[in-house]
Amino acid sequence: MQSSAFMSRKEIIGFAILAALIFLVLPAVLDNFRLNLFGKYLTYAFVAVGLALCWGAGGILSLGQGVFFGLGGYCMAMFLKLEASTPENTAIQSTPGIPDFMDWNQLTELPWWWEPFYSLPLALLAVVAVPVMFAFVIGVAMFTRRVGGVYFAIITQAFAAIMTILIIGQQGYTGGVNGITDLRTLMGWDIRTDEAKTILYFVNGALLFAVLLIAQYVRKSKLGRLLIAMRDQEDRVRFSGYNVANFKIFIFCLGAAFAGIGGAMFTLQVGFMSPTLVGIVPSIEMVIFCAVGGRLSILGAVYGALLVNWAKTSLSESFPELWLLGLGGLFIAVVMFFPNGLAGVWSEKIEPRLLALFSKKKPDTSAPDGAPAE
Amino acid sequence: MFADYSMSELGAIFAMQGFAGLILFSVFVLMALGLAIIFGQMGVINMAHGEFMILGAYVTYLTSNVFADYMPALFGTYFFVAMLLAFLASGALGLLVEWSLIRHLYKRPLDTLLATWGLSLILQQTYRSVFGAREVGVSIPDWMMGSLPLTDLIEIPINGIFVMVLAVSISAAVYVMMFRSTWGKQVRAINQNRVMAGAVGINTEWTDRLTFGIGCGVAGVAGSAFTMIGSTGPTAGQLYIVDTFLVVVFGGAGSLLGTIASAFSISQAQSIMEFFLSGSMAKVLTLLVVVGILMIRPQGLFSLKLRK
Repeated sequence: MQSSAFMSRKEIIGFAILAALIFLVLPAVLDNFRLNLFGKYLTYAFVAVGLALCWGAGGILSLGQGVFFGLGGYCMAMFLKLEASTPENTAIQSTPGIPDFMDWNQLTELPWWWEPFYSLPLALLAVVAVPVMFAFVIGVAMFTRRVGGVYFAIITQAFAAIMTILIIGQQGYTGGVNGITDLRTLMGWDIRTDEAKTILYFVNGALLFAVLLIAQYVRKSKLGRLLIAMRDQEDRVRFSGYNVANFKIFIFCLGAAFAGIGGAMFTLQVGFMSPTLVGIVPSIEMVIFCAVGGRLSILGAVYGALLVNWAKTSLSESFPELWLLGLGGLFIAVVMFFPNGLAGVWSEKIEPRLLALFSKKKPDTSAPDGAPAE
Repeated sequence: MFADYSMSELGAIFAMQGFAGLILFSVFVLMALGLAIIFGQMGVINMAHGEFMILGAYVTYLTSNVFADYMPALFGTYFFVAMLLAFLASGALGLLVEWSLIRHLYKRPLDTLLATWGLSLILQQTYRSVFGAREVGVSIPDWMMGSLPLTDLIEIPINGIFVMVLAVSISAAVYVMMFRSTWGKQVRAINQNRVMAGAVGINTEWTDRLTFGIGCGVAGVAGSAFTMIGSTGPTAGQLYIVDTFLVVVFGGAGSLLGTIASAFSISQAQSIMEFFLSGSMAKVLTLLVVVGILMIRPQGLFSLKLRK
């Protein structure tokens, strides 16, 4: 890939602006508490970027991204929980050395499938591998039978429901409705201090950029163009000799991997993982992050995740009743009036005017793609 | 597992569990009928379906209060008035929603899904502001209370029987509307070939609106029936939506018979498993089996042959 084909000049500027925002502007203007909140929002941005690829480019709407987010998050949380449950820390339990919620549920030994999570490399592998394997199974079953569109959306939503019921029902193994809480250290490094949270924020940002670059690479590759072709005219792509199902499976797995990484970072940044982040409601909220930012733009998805969550926090702090109305209105407004989200508003309305403004002075200045004005 | 029970006790358990399954079946049928009309015939995903049901439930609650305050003598009959009002209220809201929202989105089914989800959030918050966050229950008229003793061991609650009768009669009504009325004929014609249906003089726009309204109205009646067996809260609708969609999809969208058959199999499977496993695991297993079957047979149990 030559760099000119990988990213246009416009896109380089867009990436640079987002980088400046995440790494310079936000840390400079926000206090520790708010920066930690934005760190949490960034973890949702991973999911939104994955959705921009699956849904925006590939036309596959998954209402089950929360499952992958949760799987990644739970894998990380299981490792951290085991590290926190040393026999010394849990000496008051009837069975020391196992996580506290297991003890409360009368379990006397660690279930076998928790064992691998003593090892950090295995846990990190699981963060990506478990969601991807799950997505692969769903993808193979659905896409090779040409199930798509609304049916796919409904079935992924059913998975989100199943996963929540399962986690809540099996509380001895999963921590139940409270989730896995009271996480303390990562390899001896206390993740609860302000300093650690700030470092994690930057780790989050860096990982998000890695994910964005992968997404950009996929979009610009032949695969990305095929995805868009499939979204618009699936049969033509099929008749041209491509195996449509394989591309869909790949992009769905990639989205799941992104969501898994986001979930793991959520666990680290916020310090717990619970079924409230897995179910139907969070999954569909993740779709709205992507829709608000602009389903076609990976950078827009990041802005969408940040803006919607920021609005959610500020609105529900001051007017808790208004938030649901606002969110509902947002869903309707985005669908009815801005189908391409903020990125669409930017590239259709704002950018041409800016261009007209600048072209009088300097003929060759272009504005960033998909970077909505804030 | 069975060693502790005698034969007659086992028989009674199965009969009671089977009856509980039948009540669940009626609930599923009532929930799914409206959706089978809207999703099955029009292909519109209405995520706010549960909220239309809840509207019916709240209308019933209001009606029962009005009857209790002003016409205590007629209290035994309030439910039939409430059902009619619930149908009208949910149906009217459905017409309004179709006109303002859905008709702009027929070509974008996934976007309909998001927009109706937004609608469901708005409705939930509205219910919470108007009726309060707490669940409300209606007082059941005397004749619906108590239970019918079949044998010494088997007892059947009367409100359960009532809900079952209701499910059967509403299914019959929907069947007649779908296959005997002009409206039903038009709906099926549009489902088969929209352009051709328009060409032979069917007002497709109006038929769509009416279909959506009737589907929502049926949801309202379902919600009304639910007040007989449980209480109503602002977010109760969301609990039903996944089950309802799975019932319709599993039965094969577009087939009324399929919807009923799938409601029957899902409810029986769930209530029988509930006896052996915990409630949550029974639910998980049922849903997994349904999703698994749908992966093998995406068109559902009964599929209509259509030329697309």
